[in-house]
Amino acid sequence: MKRDLLLFIAFSLLIMVAPQFFEGGYLMNVLVFVGINTMLAIALNLLLGYAGQISLGHAGFFGLGAYLSGVLTTTYSLNPWVAMPVAAITVGFLAGLIGFPILKLKGHYLAMATLGLGIIIYIVFNETVELTGGPSGLSAIPNLQLAGIIFDSDVKNYYLIWGMALAVMLFSINLANSRVGRALRAVHDSEIAAQVLGVNARLLKVQIFALSAVISSLAGSLYAHTMTFISPTSFGFNFSIELLTMVVIGGLGSIYGSFLGAALLTLLPEFLRGANDYDIIIYGGLLVVMVMFMPGGLVRGIPALFRKVVEKVGTGHA
Amino acid sequence: MLEISGVTQIFGGVTALDAVSFSVSKGDITGVIGPNGAGKTTLFNIITGIYHQTAGKVLLEGKDVTGFPPERLARLAMVRTFQNIELFGGMTVLENVMVGMHTKSSSGLLACALKMPWSISEERRIRKGAMKWLEFSGISDLADHPAGGIPFGKGRLLEIARALAALPRIILMDEPAAGLNSQETLGLAQLIKRIRDLDITVVLVEHDMELVMDICDRIVVLNLGSKLAEGTPREIQESPEVIAAYLGDDD
Repeated sequence: MKRDLLLFIAFSLLIMVAPQFFEGGYLMNVLVFVGINTMLAIALNLLLGYAGQISLGHAGFFGLGAYLSGVLTTTYSLNPWVAMPVAAITVGFLAGLIGFPILKLKGHYLAMATLGLGIIIYIVFNETVELTGGPSGLSAIPNLQLAGIIFDSDVKNYYLIWGMALAVMLFSINLANSRVGRALRAVHDSEIAAQVLGVNARLLKVQIFALSAVISSLAGSLYAHTMTFISPTSFGFNFSIELLTMVVIGGLGSIYGSFLGAALLTLLPEFLRGANDYDIIIYGGLLVVMVMFMPGGLVRGIPALFRKVVEKVGTGHA
Repeated sequence: MLEISGVTQIFGGVTALDAVSFSVSKGDITGVIGPNGAGKTTLFNIITGIYHQTAGKVLLEGKDVTGFPPERLARLAMVRTFQNIELFGGMTVLENVMVGMHTKSSSGLLACALKMPWSISEERRIRKGAMKWLEFSGISDLADHPAGGIPFGKGRLLEIARALAALPRIILMDEPAAGLNSQETLGLAQLIKRIRDLDITVVLVEHDMELVMDICDRIVVLNLGSKLAEGTPREIQESPEVIAAYLGDDD
């Protein structure tokens, strides 16, 4: 327990000093997205890595948060700080309502149902033109403000978003190591044994699905208020798959893994930009190699690789 | 303690259980035996709410629990173990037993994630309680091992420790000696007797006759889905019907 806390404090400090090295650069902007994607990857990981339930529609919840915040603060001129929790609670409630019937499904069928859900949400964004602006998007979404500070620059947004991301991280780490987190993992490993021990698997799955949607919605709201412009393409099926990739590449069932996955998949395209048209091939190739050689994800693969290197070097000297 | 009355289970035209009735007295070790295909595991699955029977009733401490889901039965202090042990392989041995205390703890999702003071003290209590049951089952040295990597015999003990952590008044064990060597079976017999000494009623399905005859107070014999006989181990050993069912008729 103590070690977990120390690790988290060290990680937070690292995040807080990082801007010293990147300030002013373009990378700062990318790091803001790493923060948003970390929140989303953690949200999906709670569902997939801990409870063992897949979702191919999580971009939909992300989008709902963004659009609810966007519409409430523009059309209805609500304060962003009010719009954000209103959006999160609405999305969480909706997810709970949908979760009850669809979480009865298992495996491929659940994948199909959540895929459909994501697509339906995407279509709604496109078709309700009066409300959302349709395919041309929603603009002039206000920035967040706190004590006179307007969050309108990359550095300010970095601290805002990473403050939230770290809170989500700590929240999730605590949850994972608790009675409820253990029950989730138990349902993952053997649903029947968990039920026999008194775990209400169905209710728990719905709860975690709703929580996952709430975190995704918060990330969506933050996205809308930092970008000030949103359009449906950011919330489509492709992004749901990208989130899934982040969770798997980073490491299922690991909160820090979700950060690693989100960081890698957000930064990689930026680093590969120099490779022109080949970037997508390198990107795809790297993912395949990583899944082959690090099936437990980066969070388990990197330490294993490190140990191997140390052993090699050790025997080399002997 | 437990009353089975007229339980019938039909799977697509095949009668797996035909009007089986018997009752289990409080504090007894009751064995359910019978040749393969007699319907023992089916009966267990019905009692513990995994299957829903075609007809008949299950009464737990006088209360009709027919059709209750497993998690509700756990709250009524009935737990079970499985023939092919169902461990939570991705968790440590200690964490497995901590899940056993689920019904004896109550912190919700938010309280856990926000580390509210009462959830912290509850967590401490869960850890301590789980450790106690690991010691009771004699596997406390494995506490921090991943449950997926321990030997089969230890896995059995872990499954029992996990069930005991739920503080049951009745525990059902589906073939607890299956896959154990003779040494481990002896240890299991001792453990089951110690469980009874805690005033926990034990019901077990078992093929190991020596074990059943040694530890059971009462035995129910099933054959081809019907109750063939019921009585003390001695009565069962001397029953001509049982001998016929196990060894085959002469004609």
